[in-house]
Amino acid sequence: MSVVAVRPVTHLRVLRSEWVKLRSLRSTALTLLAAVAVMVALGWLFGWGTERQWSELRPDERASFSPVDTTLAGYYLAQLAVGVLGVLLVTGEYATGMVKATFGAVPRRLPVLWAKAALYAGVTFALMLVASLVAFLGGQQLLGSHGTSLSGSGALRAMVGVAGFLALIGVFSVALGFVVRSTAGGVATLFGLLLVAPTLGLLLPAAWRDHVLPYLPSNAGAAFFSVHPSADGLSAGTGLLVLVAWVVAALLTAAVLVSRRDA
Amino acid sequence: MIEATNLTKRYGANTAVDDLTFTVRPGIVTGFLGPNGAGKSTTMRMVLGLDAPTSGTVTVSGRPYRQHAEPLKVVGALLEARAVHTSRSAYHHLLALAATHGIAKSRVMDVIEMVGLQDVARKRAGGFSLGMGQRLGIASALLADPETLILDEPVNGLDPEGIRWIRDLLKTLAADGHTVFVSSHLMSEMALTADHVIVVGRGRLIADLPMAELIAQASSDTVAVRSPEAGVLAAALATAGVDVARTGPETLEVTGLTAAQVGDRARNLRIVLHGLTPHRASLEEAFMEMTRDEVEFHATTPTTPTTPTSHALRSAS
Repeated sequence: MSVVAVRPVTHLRVLRSEWVKLRSLRSTALTLLAAVAVMVALGWLFGWGTERQWSELRPDERASFSPVDTTLAGYYLAQLAVGVLGVLLVTGEYATGMVKATFGAVPRRLPVLWAKAALYAGVTFALMLVASLVAFLGGQQLLGSHGTSLSGSGALRAMVGVAGFLALIGVFSVALGFVVRSTAGGVATLFGLLLVAPTLGLLLPAAWRDHVLPYLPSNAGAAFFSVHPSADGLSAGTGLLVLVAWVVAALLTAAVLVSRRDA
Repeated sequence: MIEATNLTKRYGANTAVDDLTFTVRPGIVTGFLGPNGAGKSTTMRMVLGLDAPTSGTVTVSGRPYRQHAEPLKVVGALLEARAVHTSRSAYHHLLALAATHGIAKSRVMDVIEMVGLQDVARKRAGGFSLGMGQRLGIASALLADPETLILDEPVNGLDPEGIRWIRDLLKTLAADGHTVFVSSHLMSEMALTADHVIVVGRGRLIADLPMAELIAQASSDTVAVRSPEAGVLAAALATAGVDVARTGPETLEVTGLTAAQVGDRARNLRIVLHGLTPHRASLEEAFMEMTRDEVEFHATTPTTPTTPTSHALRSAS
């Protein structure tokens, strides 16, 4: 047997390994494609529909109308695809036993958490930025005279914001996967937080509602990337800060549990 | 070199590994033998840092596994449960592991060929048979040409040709100076592969000795005797160096005499024999004897009418 060249495990090498894993699962590619597709399809659909129905819109609807927000509304479904995939990237390893091989090769474990989170953030950001751009450009065409241009009214900022929001949701869901370790539990928690909590929160007494709802990840996110954010929401800066706090809290919890628990 | 010191693992009230201290040396194949549930897999997982010991320590090449800069170069492992993502191809599985240590793609191709998976390397690992899964596990263990190999039940699911391939591989690796630590619940398999055995039962160390010694201990011959005057015969046979056990009202088990010697003495005493069966204890029996009190789950055998043959098949108690 010839001598095998072996180098020390570094963050960069773990990142490369995670890249190999990410691109070698067909389900991963399909889910990412689905996220891009809903982002684009919904943007175009809302652009087309709004243009068709323009004469029927109430004055208050016209007042709060933003051609940018309308064509980026696909984020609402895209966040679910991105979130579910983020959870699956981790829980899929636990379910199949792959995690033993992963931690066997990287017994310090934490580099795996960082690499998975960083890689997934990068991939979702890049893909969702492109998807937002396509959704926006096509949507503006369909909006016709009610549309805007790339240089108009915070369009670029909104697109980068949506891509950044989805990347943060991606990191959050990867961390959640390491905390929960089961696909069912992870996906349920994610849907509860992104879909159920904002709706359920509406049932709270008004005095509490305003102290809870804006701080949920999806509402905090919407506050920072929307051109016309809802009036009772946080400011753009605070919204971003709150979302980052959610992500950091999830990452820290994951880091503690990953280092302490038996694999 | 693997060194475990007072290694203990508890899950709540259940102690899976109980104060194990042992050393696995390079250059030989060391068998890790014990019934199912004896704590073999848990011990191996602790060596790899996958499970943290409740107390005690275990090092590989002088350090806890976690502290090595090139872990795969130190230990290559095949664990009992399959550690492969079922939707990924064997090639990409190995490539992902290789990437963590900057191992070249050509080495991935080499190990795939080494274990004979070249025809299915691009297919999803979830569709692999048990034997192919084991081969993939061995390929990942060999990836970085590690100093120490830890294999948990490697022959499980392999066909006879695969089993022989594993045996030869382990022996070659040991001869090259590697440390080879391989678990099994089959004594017969260990007898063919291992130079040294560590026997555990219910998490406790039962024996730690060269295979040759274990075989010598096990190969004591016994003679099963059936006679209506078993009591008289027993008294007459029990002399220095002879061990006589009463196994029933008319049956004895004699250690230290051949069947011919027992027959001759019975004739001299004018005692009638109804059965005389020489019996060589197998390694499997020696192992079962050794771990009898340490097996977690006993199956009870329905009692059969006493016959000379049924006694002859039973080991001394």
